[in-house]
Amino acid sequence: MATQHDERAAPVPCALTPREERRSDLVDALRDSASVGLGAFPMGVAFGVLVVHSGLEWWWASTFSGVIFAGSLEFLFLGLVLAAAPLASIAVTAFAVNVRHVFYALSFPLHRVRGRLGKAYSTFALTDEAYAVTAGGAGRTFSSRRILGIQAFVHLYWAGGATAGALLGSALPAEVRGLEFAVTALFTVLAIDAVRAGRDVPTPVLALGCALAGRLALPGQMLPAALALFTACLLARYAWTRYTRTPYARTRRGGDHA
Amino acid sequence: MPETGYLIAAVATAAAVTWGLRALPFAVLAPLRASPLIAYLSTAMPAGVLLILAAYTLRDIDPGVPDRAWPTVLALAVTVSVHLWRRNGMLSVSAGTAFHVVLVSTVFTG
Repeated sequence: MATQHDERAAPVPCALTPREERRSDLVDALRDSASVGLGAFPMGVAFGVLVVHSGLEWWWASTFSGVIFAGSLEFLFLGLVLAAAPLASIAVTAFAVNVRHVFYALSFPLHRVRGRLGKAYSTFALTDEAYAVTAGGAGRTFSSRRILGIQAFVHLYWAGGATAGALLGSALPAEVRGLEFAVTALFTVLAIDAVRAGRDVPTPVLALGCALAGRLALPGQMLPAALALFTACLLARYAWTRYTRTPYARTRRGGDHA
Repeated sequence: MPETGYLIAAVATAAAVTWGLRALPFAVLAPLRASPLIAYLSTAMPAGVLLILAAYTLRDIDPGVPDRAWPTVLALAVTVSVHLWRRNGMLSVSAGTAFHVVLVSTVFTG
């Protein structure tokens, strides 16, 4: 009898051994996260350089990026702590910048992640990038290890980049200009894949309209404004289609009150 | 220079708020997971959210400043074309970013 704890137990015929399976999950996670790393690593380096140029020790760059792990917040955070802002304003800023993550719970495949510790880490590391790579069509079939692997790799790119940037900080020549476009390119590419997987024309148009409306109406809070508006539009659209036809109520037709 | 104690408290504050925003919605939404509304949102949201994120990274682009706007528009065109052609995310992101770096350091140096 093979015990559940022995990784090297006799392999099931025609299937991967647990060890091979673990390795293939990690290889997949590395591949999934590679294009994200192209944006996250240089951004991390830029952040690390900024931290040491502000006069802080290099390991603060590792601490900020490893523990807070929220790219866009950290740039603002650095400015706040250098000005010795009260903790309350740090909390309010963190809330305003990251409130968009509330929406990610609707489609991030946390139910695929196993174990309390795994789920805890997975929510902790639920960055825009992790959401982007896993929330699309394919992500719903990813294994627990593959999802956690993607998140750990993104964590490593960001915190590793920040540490490298901080250590090289003063030695680095004038930074390469224009690298920040990697973030735009990444989200664009992932959006194209998601649009193609969904084959739903009104949704992308609606999203771009919401982004534009958010940018024009609330320039300082564009992201939460656009996401809230987009969610509201989807809810309205759902209610409308449900009211006229019932294409999305495939499993239960009417009767339930969701 | 900020004191170590203050910095630790600041990091803990930012991390706690961020983690809370990422984790708590799951607890609220868990009972709704089986609902057809959540099923609809989870299929319709990702593409839209990604487009909004992409647009968000371009929020500071001012069409009135050609030296900022043109490299972005051209690099975006390269990224999209390469992606539609080869469907390789890594390649599209590298090509678009490299093109952008070249543009802002040679042609549009304003």
